[in-house]
Amino acid sequence: MLSADTKPRRTSGVRADSGLLNALHALQAEHGYVPRQEAMALSRRLGVPLARIFEVLTFYSYFRLEEPGRITLSVCDGTSCHLQEGPVLLKAIQALLGIGAGEATPDGAYQLNVVRCLGCCSCSPVLMVDDKIYSQVDPADLPGILKKHPPTAPKEAN
Amino acid sequence: MPTPALKQTREAEQARQAGFVCRVFCCAGTACLSAEGQDVWEALCDARSTHRLDERVDLVRTGCMGLCSQGPLVRVEIAGAAPRLYGTVSPMLARLIITEHVTPALTRGDDFVLPEFLSSHALPDDLAFFTQQERVVLDRIDQADPERIQDALAHGAYSALADALECRPAELIEEIRTSGLRGRGGGGYPTGQKWANAAGTAAEQRFIICNGDEGDPGAYVDRSILEGDPHAVIEGMLLAGHAVGARRGYVYVRAEYELAVRRVSTAIKQAREQGILGDAVLGSPFRFDCEVITAAGAFVCGEETALIKSIEGQRGTPRPRPPYPSERGLWGCPTVISNVETLANLPRIIARGADWFRTIGTTDSPGTKVFSLAGRARLAGLLEVPMGTSLRTVIDTLGGGSKTGRPVCGVQIGGLSGGLIPAEQLDTTLSYEAMSELGSVVGSGGMIVLDEDDDLLDLACYFLQYAVEESCGRCAACRIGTHQLLNLATKIRQNGATDADLALIDRLAKTMQATSLCGLGKAAPRPLMSFLRNWPERIPRADTPDGGAA
Amino acid sequence: MIQLTVNGFEVQVPEGSTILEAAKAAEIKIPTLCKHPDLPPTAACGLCVVKVEGMPDLVRACSTPAQPGMQVETHDPEIVNVRRTLLELILSAHPNECLTCGRHGACELQELAKDFGIREEHFPSLRRELPRDDSTGCITLDPRKCIKCGRCLEMCQEQQDVWALSFMERGLNTRIAPAGDISLAESPCVHCGQCSAHCPVGAILEFDQTEAVWEALRDPTRHCVAQIAPSVRVSLGEAFGYEPGANLAGQLYHALRRMGFDTVFDTNFGADVTIMEEASELAERIRSAPEKLPLITTCCPSWVDFMEKFHADMIDHFSTCKSPHAILGTLTKTYYAEKEGIDPDSIFMVSIMPCTAKKYEITREASMYASGGQDVDISLTTRELTRMIRQTGIALENLNCLELPDSPLGEYSGAGVIFGVSGGVMESALRSAHYFLTGEDRAELEFEELRGLDGIKELTVNLGGHDLRVAVAHGLGHVEQVLERVRQAKLKGEPMPYDFIEVMACPGGCIGGGGQSWNVSNAVREQRAAGLLKEDRVQEVRTSYANPWIQQLYRDFLGEPLSEKARHLLHTRYQPRPEYLR
Repeated sequence: MLSADTKPRRTSGVRADSGLLNALHALQAEHGYVPRQEAMALSRRLGVPLARIFEVLTFYSYFRLEEPGRITLSVCDGTSCHLQEGPVLLKAIQALLGIGAGEATPDGAYQLNVVRCLGCCSCSPVLMVDDKIYSQVDPADLPGILKKHPPTAPKEAN
Repeated sequence: MPTPALKQTREAEQARQAGFVCRVFCCAGTACLSAEGQDVWEALCDARSTHRLDERVDLVRTGCMGLCSQGPLVRVEIAGAAPRLYGTVSPMLARLIITEHVTPALTRGDDFVLPEFLSSHALPDDLAFFTQQERVVLDRIDQADPERIQDALAHGAYSALADALECRPAELIEEIRTSGLRGRGGGGYPTGQKWANAAGTAAEQRFIICNGDEGDPGAYVDRSILEGDPHAVIEGMLLAGHAVGARRGYVYVRAEYELAVRRVSTAIKQAREQGILGDAVLGSPFRFDCEVITAAGAFVCGEETALIKSIEGQRGTPRPRPPYPSERGLWGCPTVISNVETLANLPRIIARGADWFRTIGTTDSPGTKVFSLAGRARLAGLLEVPMGTSLRTVIDTLGGGSKTGRPVCGVQIGGLSGGLIPAEQLDTTLSYEAMSELGSVVGSGGMIVLDEDDDLLDLACYFLQYAVEESCGRCAACRIGTHQLLNLATKIRQNGATDADLALIDRLAKTMQATSLCGLGKAAPRPLMSFLRNWPERIPRADTPDGGAA
Repeated sequence: MIQLTVNGFEVQVPEGSTILEAAKAAEIKIPTLCKHPDLPPTAACGLCVVKVEGMPDLVRACSTPAQPGMQVETHDPEIVNVRRTLLELILSAHPNECLTCGRHGACELQELAKDFGIREEHFPSLRRELPRDDSTGCITLDPRKCIKCGRCLEMCQEQQDVWALSFMERGLNTRIAPAGDISLAESPCVHCGQCSAHCPVGAILEFDQTEAVWEALRDPTRHCVAQIAPSVRVSLGEAFGYEPGANLAGQLYHALRRMGFDTVFDTNFGADVTIMEEASELAERIRSAPEKLPLITTCCPSWVDFMEKFHADMIDHFSTCKSPHAILGTLTKTYYAEKEGIDPDSIFMVSIMPCTAKKYEITREASMYASGGQDVDISLTTRELTRMIRQTGIALENLNCLELPDSPLGEYSGAGVIFGVSGGVMESALRSAHYFLTGEDRAELEFEELRGLDGIKELTVNLGGHDLRVAVAHGLGHVEQVLERVRQAKLKGEPMPYDFIEVMACPGGCIGGGGQSWNVSNAVREQRAAGLLKEDRVQEVRTSYANPWIQQLYRDFLGEPLSEKARHLLHTRYQPRPEYLR
């Protein structure tokens, strides 16, 4: 959760709105996405209109409004990876998991995303699993990589 | 003057480092870490303690060492011997480096000869990739541990700040103006002028923003600097803050750059602990602090007015300029917004003087530029060359040409807003003036080498697809134009082009250039248009009477 | 002043002007779809690009400041070609259904497409299906037609501070929608309709109810009654070629009768009743309940909705008096029905309003059924009435300008007329409150300080020994500031800054209402206001209490102002609505 010392909307010229992106990141880190109820609570806490919060949530590709799979596979689609087998890697993962980009496996274990350049252009193609980066990934490496990230149990609903 | 405490920290660290006969550096940049770099580091640590070398061998995790394609990289420095750089180090090789290089060298001294199986993993001493560089911004990235401020201090961090605090702000502005430093984010606007504008606008408060929203696919210059030398960036922000009278700074970093976010946050925390950031910077009356804002996945936020809105907690849509941020920026206050590499240049200029800086590079583009070389280059990675170096030097001499054996057919630089430059123009020099003559930009430093087999039209479509997905949607030309241009490019890729298609593309590109509000929309047609202009023979033609099939 | 040349013509414009304004000064019209005279430039469409000597790129005229000595070229063939291509792009993402669009013939995009002679679609369609939102019953949101100019958002968020509408997603997927795709009815929307009044195309329109009115008019068992709001008479003519502010009350009564209305009343009479009740409330609070001061006016349904949703702590300060059209609806189905022996259930009451929120108001609370049934059956906007008049084939200019409304709910005072303009309710109330407090007529009836388009207007008036501090606010963004002052005074236990506050949600008051004729600007608002103020000046009776028909109403039917019967029929209640999150 966000720390309690959230500032009111205006304090000596520096507005707490600057905390909006970081606050949304914190919510997403906690829940894996930004639930509507949490967005509403944040709106009340920061005094930022709910409409503004949703404008921001839907503008930035990083934020999610729905619960993602528990382990995120991000395939880099930077120029270098695009030129050097990135699309092949993506197709292989899609075939392996049976899902498309932006989707989660039915059991909620894996989430597949295509992401912007991860900045490892000299090691293409690149795959990131949660925050671990794998470079020069050959489709044959995939089972081994997935084995290092076995499916976790879903969180207990509370 | 630095505070006595800081001076003490610096000297203690220098003494500590001098106390080791051997120092082993392990690259902890993202690229090396992604290639078993973490395991290599652990193997080094393990082997050192097994051989009870903790007292004699220092192990240092550094920022990016540059030759990312050969990672993980490990460098061994033993007093009295030439440094050795190992490439493609596996954990096994890492152990061998300790047991078969470090240990015997320390016991045998001058008599030691590197065994054959190790020397084959060591990179040549005279590799042009390194010898042809001019490292200004990257001077300490491969020397110091970015997570230890003591190490940065031992390598000179914040000494320029101490000097600058003795100067009047106007003198600082003049120094930077004289240096001719131009913004490294792509635009090339003179930094000193930006400062003068911000300082000259009456306001209650001013802000410094570090633009670390490096979004161009293929560029990772800013990420490497933020990860490898965050204190240079913080020092740059402090200098800018002192010069224009700002008390607060924001470091806006891409969310994907998780390691950079962490390292900068650590650096800020450590700088606060050392009294470098806070209410009395180095004990002076100057007050300055900064915080990290994590971006959230919008390429357009690299545009300065969009970035400002993003920090303000809004959608990152650009607004018209003027007014420029240096007059009305964050929350309406004068704001100096500079990219990472620009900020990292500042301490070096203040420390060594504007005149020294002007001896590097060209008259209109002084200094160096950091590039990230990728694509088909044989040696790929991070490198720094003087402005005015030719593309050919970078690609053939430093990068060793194409790794595929097929000839280089061109290079894509400047990411989305750059163009495709054909092989016959590789003698063009890297400077703001020469690039703009080519209709391209120096950009943020991404350089993708292309070979004869690369599908350039597909690459142009790739960039257009990128622009489609990243258009903020505010202005019609970009919101709709990028889509329509992609439609047309895809159509000619599949069915061949008719004269009417090419005429429509031309009309559309001109309209986007003329009526888009920001650089994204204005430049989005560039990759496609530079393909059509430079490789007319590769344009697929429709098999219709007006297709003019060749 | 700045001197520059536009297409070779020398012009002088005040410092701070844009190139667009400079061109206008040179009688040159630069096309734009996003710049609205009421709003700061959103710089979205890009149609207004011009060439400036010495600048490498084309610049937007809407947001580029004019500089001394600038040489501007606005219409060379290259610029026109770029604009045409841009229009083609916009059209490729805009539904091709002009003929069935509510904005047909008055659409800014259609007008430009026509002017540029676009005959062919060079670009394939990027149109998308998106659901329409009619949930409020006041406003129709059709996001497919949106061209992302951003005017409605500027109005809804920055000017009105309502934050119902937002831009969701980005790029081509950008669309207008309430926060997180809830319906407009679930959003903070207060139905003011300013979005629809500023939309250049048909993406936001009034919710059309003309068909239901035609149906009632065709039904022989129905006794159809119409009433027209003060501000409608000075705006409706614009769609028929009259200057803004032309007072067409006579023609309107005549047209409504031609359309088949059995009886035509005037909301101005309802306004007179409102004043009788509200001024009495004010006098009563001054005398015996000063803790309920300031008294705040409640004629504006958007304002009432806004208060219930976001400022419910102010409920005690609200006048409980209904708005003029609601009062007239109640009285038609009670007083008038009784007097004429008409079955109230057979009466079909239609109010013609400048307003989209009135559609919401007529069912907002149980007191809107005080007559036993729904007091006002349908509320139409000026724009809907315009269409009905056209459908009837009536030529307004041939109608009788001297036609009069029906008695007993038609004859009104000058005080009733000025309800349509910001400051008017206050001015009218002060005229009557003076009488209620002192028993004497006030010599000076006009309060110049309360007129005009300043967002917040303040004045101290002496009424029978009481120094009354009054404030007038219009545009909900300004209202917030006034309320904040009251709230701060309460918090700190300081004396209230005001005794009486008039609030109108729309800029300029009802003359700038969300249901009025299109193309509103401050110049148009001033002309419309002048039309109403002029009628007040020529009225023989300029105070509500002196209107003989009002006197008759109270004598024969209501008794005293604030009598039990008056409270039952003419007053309403408010409730907090905390479930709406702004």
